[in-house]
Amino acid sequence: MLAQVDFVPVATPTVVWAGLVPLMVLGGGAVLLVMFRSVVKRLPTDYESWVTTALGPVTVVAAYVLGGVAGQDLPLSGVRSNVGDGWFYLGFLVVLAVSALLVWSLDIGLDTAFTVGVAVTTLSATWMLWGDRVMVDGAFNSIGEQLGVDGFSIVFTGIMAVAVGLTALLLDDYIEREGVGGVEMYVLLMLSAAGGVVMASANDLIVLFLGIETLSIAAYVLAAMHSKRLESLEAGLKYFVLGAFSSAFLLYGIAFVYGATGSTNLIAIRTFLDANTLTDDGMLLAGFGLMLVGLGFKVAAVPFHAWTPDVYQGAPTPVVAYMASAVKAAGFAALVRVFVVTFGAYRLDWQPAVYVLAILTLVTGSVLAVVQRDAKRMLAYSSISHAGFILVGVQAATSRGTAAVVFYALAYTFLVIGSFGVLTAVSGQGDRATTLEDLDGLADRRPALALAFTIFLLAQAGVPLTTGFVAKLEVIGAAVEAHSYWLALIAMLTATVSAFLYLRIVLAMYVGKSSEEALAAPRARIPTAVILVIGIAFVVTVGFGIIPDPIDQLARDAVPQLVASG
Amino acid sequence: MNSLLLAEVSGPAFPVLTAIVVLPLIGAALLTLLPRNRPDLLKQVAVLVSAAVGAMTIWVLVQFDTGSAAADFQFVDRQSWISSLGISWTLGVDGISLFLVVLTGILFPISIIAVNEKKDPKSYYAWILVLEAGCLGAFLALDLFAFFVAFEIVLVPMYFLIAKWGHGDRAYAATKFFIYTMLGSALMFVGILSLVFLTASATGGPITFDLQTLANSQALSTTTSRWIFLSFAAAFAVKVPLFPFHTWLPDAHTNAPTAGSVILAGVMLKLGTYGFLRFGIYLFPEAAVYFAPMLITLGVIGIVYGAIVATMQKDLKRLIAYSSIAHLGFIMIGIFALDTQGLEGGLLQMVNHGLSTGALFLLVGMIYERRHTREIAKLGGLQKSAPILAAAFMIVMLSSVGLPGLNGFVGEFLILLGSFAAHRWWAVVAATGVILAALYMLWAYQRVFHGPAEGDNATMPDLNAKEGLVLISLISMIVFLGVYPKPVLDRMEPAVDALISHVETNVPRFKEPTATHLATVKLGDLSALEGSASGEGSGN
Repeated sequence: MLAQVDFVPVATPTVVWAGLVPLMVLGGGAVLLVMFRSVVKRLPTDYESWVTTALGPVTVVAAYVLGGVAGQDLPLSGVRSNVGDGWFYLGFLVVLAVSALLVWSLDIGLDTAFTVGVAVTTLSATWMLWGDRVMVDGAFNSIGEQLGVDGFSIVFTGIMAVAVGLTALLLDDYIEREGVGGVEMYVLLMLSAAGGVVMASANDLIVLFLGIETLSIAAYVLAAMHSKRLESLEAGLKYFVLGAFSSAFLLYGIAFVYGATGSTNLIAIRTFLDANTLTDDGMLLAGFGLMLVGLGFKVAAVPFHAWTPDVYQGAPTPVVAYMASAVKAAGFAALVRVFVVTFGAYRLDWQPAVYVLAILTLVTGSVLAVVQRDAKRMLAYSSISHAGFILVGVQAATSRGTAAVVFYALAYTFLVIGSFGVLTAVSGQGDRATTLEDLDGLADRRPALALAFTIFLLAQAGVPLTTGFVAKLEVIGAAVEAHSYWLALIAMLTATVSAFLYLRIVLAMYVGKSSEEALAAPRARIPTAVILVIGIAFVVTVGFGIIPDPIDQLARDAVPQLVASG
Repeated sequence: MNSLLLAEVSGPAFPVLTAIVVLPLIGAALLTLLPRNRPDLLKQVAVLVSAAVGAMTIWVLVQFDTGSAAADFQFVDRQSWISSLGISWTLGVDGISLFLVVLTGILFPISIIAVNEKKDPKSYYAWILVLEAGCLGAFLALDLFAFFVAFEIVLVPMYFLIAKWGHGDRAYAATKFFIYTMLGSALMFVGILSLVFLTASATGGPITFDLQTLANSQALSTTTSRWIFLSFAAAFAVKVPLFPFHTWLPDAHTNAPTAGSVILAGVMLKLGTYGFLRFGIYLFPEAAVYFAPMLITLGVIGIVYGAIVATMQKDLKRLIAYSSIAHLGFIMIGIFALDTQGLEGGLLQMVNHGLSTGALFLLVGMIYERRHTREIAKLGGLQKSAPILAAAFMIVMLSSVGLPGLNGFVGEFLILLGSFAAHRWWAVVAATGVILAALYMLWAYQRVFHGPAEGDNATMPDLNAKEGLVLISLISMIVFLGVYPKPVLDRMEPAVDALISHVETNVPRFKEPTATHLATVKLGDLSALEGSASGEGSGN
């Protein structure tokens, strides 16, 4: 026992736990899984499959309970209000049974089931936060003024959760097939996504930096996870070196902004900039520039894109799906919150820079994509050109532009995971068979897979009745409304150039002839989990392409705001 | 005549236009569920679906109000689509789109019946039905978004039809077709959005993609609307195709499968000319008047260039493809004469070209199926071995050349009449296109069908019953329109006049050109000119 000392209470920030549920589920899930696996390497086979199946109902219960926590701030109140209703119990039992059946029929491992469960629970929590809190009472702070919860952060949290769940499903068979990695891949995936959630909801530049580092460091390791491929190691190293380099830029930029405004808190910065006119804004502008470079690396904007093709080609295909969707989306979330919202008063200073970045990104991404021979590399360049499109929405610096960014990020998440899901299925042992020659005649060998891939590619090209088209509509609409006609025109022209690249892949699948070995090779089984991923991506892409109103509404409601203290 | 009937039909009745667009899609979905190894069943379903759609378009034609509502959009069906952007699913038909819809409804079943596709019939018929839905959607849409969706979606099925079922360098042709058209549409996409957002900010009203609202607001400055008109013109000019944007067409036509060529020439090229009429002139009357001389010039160049290049072709299908460029040039000068005769002639010629060029492509397809070549030099004397085919070819060819008594003459005559009043000397130059058409068509006919028949040419089988029926249906329409175009023109005229008066109201210095020095030729007198079955003067 220590002697009594004078106790000076530390001013603790107010914490709204409900707003932290998604973050804690993702982070806690990662910790739980790694702890479990460090104790139990492997359960006996029978137990393992029983536990896996049981994870289905457990997920449902967790999603229900934690959703309730996130929604009403009163633990279990969601359960209580329904207690006594017989139909409720019956319905709940049916859902439990169905979830168990689903997990069982998917034939996935324990780690995968757990990760998907975490993703589903996160989604449920974000859903309840959205419906019960942000849509009702408006945005709020969850930890002091450091983390905010608003429509924008919730939607991006949802994107992270979707990316984690779908990537985990892709990883399940991949890990077994390639004999690489293991539980650490899932853990890193969840940790990385937790970092993404922090990025999307950060209300402070330092917190933002923490989020970026958590997201990135996990992603560096993930990229290098295929230890049997030299390219994968190279990808990890390249990603790490350039990523660390860009973080330094970002940090330096944060320092400049701090120097110019006297705060790292976004709310304080914005209040300061709105209230004061800087007679010498050189330091602030230098901060803008450096931060733009740092974030530009994360979203792979030209001229900070050089890592993308090598990393995308070398990294394990499911990881690429994650990087292209979640990492990119988190980068854009940060870009919008910092530049559009916080530095909105100075938009005339940074808009030209983003304008130029957007044009460079669009043109480079689409033109260089055309000359590639490897589908993964092509999609890497195409993801650069998509980043250009999203930058067009950022450049508008209007609420329509931001809504367009949200829509684009959402649509692209499913598109790109679907595309890389197909590539995961066809890449074969060693994760190498992704050149155009390997895809030759795929339509004859695997008609359904080829059709799904075609739809994903056409959607990326912006063909109507897909989410890809509506996303372009939103972005170009925002640009036109902001009177950036030339940017809109250039964006659409580069979209046509990109279409050429997508058509090359489509042609290879439909017109190309299968090679002798491809025909002779035994027809590999495509795991149910991968089919599920492709199916989900397909349904979202086409379904919301035909009826875009729900996502459109979601994106419009998700325009970000900075929450003042309250 | 059926105004009583219409009173019952109008109002929130069965959304027939939506059904027309959706039915082919349902058919395509149905096809994907059918077994792959039953080509006959697949074809029967495809024929049935497209015939049902055709029947519905004809029902619309029959029910079309020629009385008080003749100039308005009829059968309008409106559903909200993306509410925050004011996008709605609005379909409607008027005298301008009516016959193009019917043409589409008729040409699709014919081109499906005419060809038995052996290679992967399931996807083949499914894609054709998707294509039909897209074409009909584009002709019926009264919402810029809905139109753009349909206008763009047709690229996908046509791309696959060429890439998978085409001949020769099909991958190249398909990609070129897709990229060219998409490039044009990309510009129009920016144009549409600029129009919508600028109109909203100029009028202070809500954002809307509704065609009629936008056309009636005319809120943009002259310069802005000219720029936006040019972006629309880029998309339509590629689709038509106007002279310097035409290079995708010969490749696409030559390498496409027969049904693809028929639909491409018969229906899809009209999307371009129709777009100029419905969107170009209607939304931007001032810009249309301003750019009319330029577009007419390009049209005239297309007429002469297409004809000259067609003359030199060695491949029969390529020859017809180039003749399309010339014919579409005629349609363009008719439209941009901006007077009643020219516009009506242009519209009628769209239908005519669909019928006659569609039939020509079918015939070439039939020859190719028998002889496995389309090279004119390798054919010859086919008249002896296949007299019926030769006769059918002759009638269709003469219609394409513009022989009085067949449909081509009526259209070309009206176009020249209209454009003579507006731009006299261009009409004179364009008229030489008629002569050149006779040159390349007759010369081709002579080389293919006359002369001694040697080798395989001598033993080529004649038309079978199915092919005969397909061609007879087209030829009967060709003759009917040539002899008695009045019912068609009567239904077009109110809409055309409404369009012209829309231009006159919105462009102060514009008056419909009239040929005052000519004795006014009433439309009813045309039948007298042709010395055929009479009709009472329709009056202007």
